[in-house]
Amino acid sequence: MTGIIFDVRRFSLHDGPGIRTTVFLKGCPLRCVWCHNPESISPNIQLLYKTELCLACDSCVKMDCPAEARKAVGEVVSDEAVMARVLRDRFTFDESGGGVTFSGGEPLMQFDFLKSLLVYCKEERLHVAVDTTGYAPWHHLQEVAALTDLFLYDLKLIDEREHLQFTGVSNVGILENLKKLCDTGKSIELRMPIIPGITDTRANIEGTIRFLLQLRNPPPIWLLPHHQVAMAKYERFGLKCKLPPTADPTEERMAELLACFKASGLKAMI
Amino acid sequence: MNERVEKLRQASFEAVPTLSTERAVLITEFYQEHIGKFSTPVMRAKAFAHLYKNQTLFIGEGELIVAERGPFPKAVSTYPELTCHSEEDIRILGSRPMTSYRTTEEDRKTYRDKVIPFWRGRTMRDKIFEGLPKEWREAYGAGLFTEFMEQRAPGHTTLDGKFYTKGLEGFKQDIADAIAALDFITDPEAVPRREELKAMSIACDAVICFAHRHAELAEQLAAKETQAPRKAELLQIAATCRWVPENAPRTFREALQMYWFMHLGTITELNGWDAMNPGHLDRYLYPFYQGDCEAGILTRELARELLECFWVKFNNQPAPPKVGVTAQESGTYNDFTNINIGGILPDGKDGVNELSYLMLEVVDSIHLLQPQSNIQLSRKNPDKFLKAACEVIRKGYGYPSVFNADGVVEQMVRVGKNIQDARDGGTSGCVETGAFGKEAYVLTGYLNTPKIFELALNNGLDPRTGKQVGVQSGDPKTFQSFEDVYAAFEKQLKYVVDIKMGGNLFIEKMYATEMPAIFLSVLIDDCIKRGKDYNAGGARYNTSYIQCVGIGTITDSLSALKTHVFDNKTETLASVLDAVKNDFKDQEGLRLKLWNKTPRYGNDDDMADDLMKRVFNSLYAAIDGRPNLRGGEYHVDMLPTTCHIYFGLVLCATPDGRKAKQPVSEGISPVQGADRHGPTAVIASAAKMDQLRTGGTLLNMKFLPGTLRGQEGIDKLAQLVRSYFRMDGHHMQFNVVDAETLREAQRHPEQHRDLIVRVAGYSDYFCDLSKELQEEIIARTAQESF
Repeated sequence: MTGIIFDVRRFSLHDGPGIRTTVFLKGCPLRCVWCHNPESISPNIQLLYKTELCLACDSCVKMDCPAEARKAVGEVVSDEAVMARVLRDRFTFDESGGGVTFSGGEPLMQFDFLKSLLVYCKEERLHVAVDTTGYAPWHHLQEVAALTDLFLYDLKLIDEREHLQFTGVSNVGILENLKKLCDTGKSIELRMPIIPGITDTRANIEGTIRFLLQLRNPPPIWLLPHHQVAMAKYERFGLKCKLPPTADPTEERMAELLACFKASGLKAMI
Repeated sequence: MNERVEKLRQASFEAVPTLSTERAVLITEFYQEHIGKFSTPVMRAKAFAHLYKNQTLFIGEGELIVAERGPFPKAVSTYPELTCHSEEDIRILGSRPMTSYRTTEEDRKTYRDKVIPFWRGRTMRDKIFEGLPKEWREAYGAGLFTEFMEQRAPGHTTLDGKFYTKGLEGFKQDIADAIAALDFITDPEAVPRREELKAMSIACDAVICFAHRHAELAEQLAAKETQAPRKAELLQIAATCRWVPENAPRTFREALQMYWFMHLGTITELNGWDAMNPGHLDRYLYPFYQGDCEAGILTRELARELLECFWVKFNNQPAPPKVGVTAQESGTYNDFTNINIGGILPDGKDGVNELSYLMLEVVDSIHLLQPQSNIQLSRKNPDKFLKAACEVIRKGYGYPSVFNADGVVEQMVRVGKNIQDARDGGTSGCVETGAFGKEAYVLTGYLNTPKIFELALNNGLDPRTGKQVGVQSGDPKTFQSFEDVYAAFEKQLKYVVDIKMGGNLFIEKMYATEMPAIFLSVLIDDCIKRGKDYNAGGARYNTSYIQCVGIGTITDSLSALKTHVFDNKTETLASVLDAVKNDFKDQEGLRLKLWNKTPRYGNDDDMADDLMKRVFNSLYAAIDGRPNLRGGEYHVDMLPTTCHIYFGLVLCATPDGRKAKQPVSEGISPVQGADRHGPTAVIASAAKMDQLRTGGTLLNMKFLPGTLRGQEGIDKLAQLVRSYFRMDGHHMQFNVVDAETLREAQRHPEQHRDLIVRVAGYSDYFCDLSKELQEEIIARTAQESF
């Protein structure tokens, strides 16, 4: 079976325990205005263009740019090929308690491909994490959960209208899926991007906390600060960034938000 | 660090390296008067004794461990019997911008009037260059290899624990016994053996005399001292120097002072490479530490202070001033003492003790240029130890470096060393494996592997000079396949290695007969038993290493030709060689294609890594197991020191897209910037080399400080090390600093004088490095996490 991925990153330190390899599956149903990985959104192969490297030769016609100014993003790969790349760091996984993380895009968008990869991983006794928006049919998530050790689950905006406005989709299914997933007792780590003026509003923070407190076992939550520099990527893909230039949240601001979550008895980290 | 140590540290940091002619003058005087009167070993020993009887002594304010090689801290002796500096050399030493030594008009006068007239034409360097054949000199001049012994004596060795339980009087008894056992009836070597042994005994007396003179000086200083606490300290120094090294040390303090006299003795009689190394210091000192603490005469704090005072002493001994090519390829004040911490005991058990942790604290607090330190990490050592070391590594001094203790043992057992000797060994200098106190493991020179490949692409002609320095290995126009290219490389390799080894044979013979290392021979098993000098094969094990440089550059160059010329056929060999010849002028497109579109070593890409393995196997086949003069064998080492800069300077452009004069890759690290898949891909690539068949490899990694933040950063660093060692990797070292800081230091060196970075098997002050080396370090790929 084949799928489309856009990167395999080894020595991944922030996508679960230990030293990991993260496989990025291409394609995402969400359109978050702050998206740090715009190359992940389209499910198709795209061309990336770095003007500063261009030699103004004509080799791009042959798709053979020597300067790597023009580069394809995304490749069609088989599940076996992905596994061969993942298993190259098996010793490091063993020594570090790491494993593999499937991220995206939204990995569940390529459900069959993802499932096949997860089955392989379980055969190889690897620790598996899935980094998801939660925007997927419950039965898909449920099947994936059976083959996954840890979910990295995004939580962005609690108000449905705002969610629709800034990510392009409703959050009703996402929140329901999260509730159900918590009920299964699976390990979950929540990820909340802190985009000043959008996700760090008082209403959103308080609403998120209220929601989490209703859950049977509220998972720990990581607050991820916005990085304006990541927005430079849009130009390389000839895309328009919908998020107006936004200052990164200060350390003080992050600490303040962290304190809000902690004060409610939730486990939170930056 | 208390106030005393703070002062000593600061004084050492600020002391200016200064040329001292005292040793040169004393040695010259002695030779002038006595030349021809004694056998060579006895002559050497008596000259050493003359030096130690007359040398200016120094006991610094506040010092607890005493004695210097020169008349004051950072006063550096010269060794005219090995290399006699010219007046011009001395002028250059005093005025060159990097690694300069303070010199005076008086020094030049002394050399002009006394030293040069006697030694010119008599020095080892003069005789070596005179005696070596034309092919050797041409290959050396082309930069195909360097020669370690042309101006410094064979070194790279390490002492073991034997003199902590036996004083020099005990060694003299062993020497007397060995003389008594000589067989003058049937052994034609009996008389030379007796001369060597007699010389050893004289050398022991010389060192005892040197210590006693310090005792007298301390007593005199005590008599004049008005402050009671310092008076007591001086009297204790006197008592210590009266007891050691004549007798075995009884206390922690005496043990440190004992080592220090051994250290100075060996680096004063000759200027061997890598100064001297104390080996497993934590292990040797531990019984004293335990005993003194139990007796109530030592606390952890006092032990720490003594260790810190001891540490500072190493920094007071910059490398003897080098000249010529050797100065170019090893331009540093660092003299490469490297202290081993941790590892395994001779019985195979965990060797980490309380002093291992204390020493890591000292490494952290002192962080001067010298001494280097490393941890020997076994699978039997606890993670607590590794993580304590990682905490220091993260500070960014470039040390401690980390060695695979189990792998080091396997390397030694592979070449036939006794397993207990192997476990009692470790690494010294940069990354060299050896059996401490029992082996002469001598680095003989670096091999410019990419330059040898360049000869293969030019039918033996050096394209830089137009001279035919290699063998004729075929006109590249006639190469039909990749195999033709590779065969030409192997032919050149064999030719160059043969020339190098031929030269070594002559040089080793010169040292064996004319320049014995008498005092060192007392301390290395089995020189006394065999009545044979360290330089003549007296040691239990006798290894010669050739250090191969640039495996990343040659691998990528081979890969580029294979990929684009022979596999994809998108370029012709002629077109690539033309572009290389013209340094890629007006061929940036082709250069980038070779640079970017070639599978390259360091990315866990099997195609490229198989080529690396093939090159390594060729090097191994050309070098490993061949006999040296001293009854031992050659083995391969994969370390560069700073030679990758010099080797790059003499190399034209290469088919991997590297431009002329740029550095070649260092150690077994990938070409600077070629690794794009993170550190786990780098270690996977590097581990494909069968490192257990080497005598050491060097892998550099650069991390951005942010990657190693927090406890998690420490954990991940430790896990990365364990992963590499599980794959039999030999060594890893880390630079934890961002490019921005380094650029800032280039702009404002005055504000960053204390910025230490990892260079090769050692660290150096960033601001003391040449511009080329600074750029090279900045260019190394910084590993980020994702």
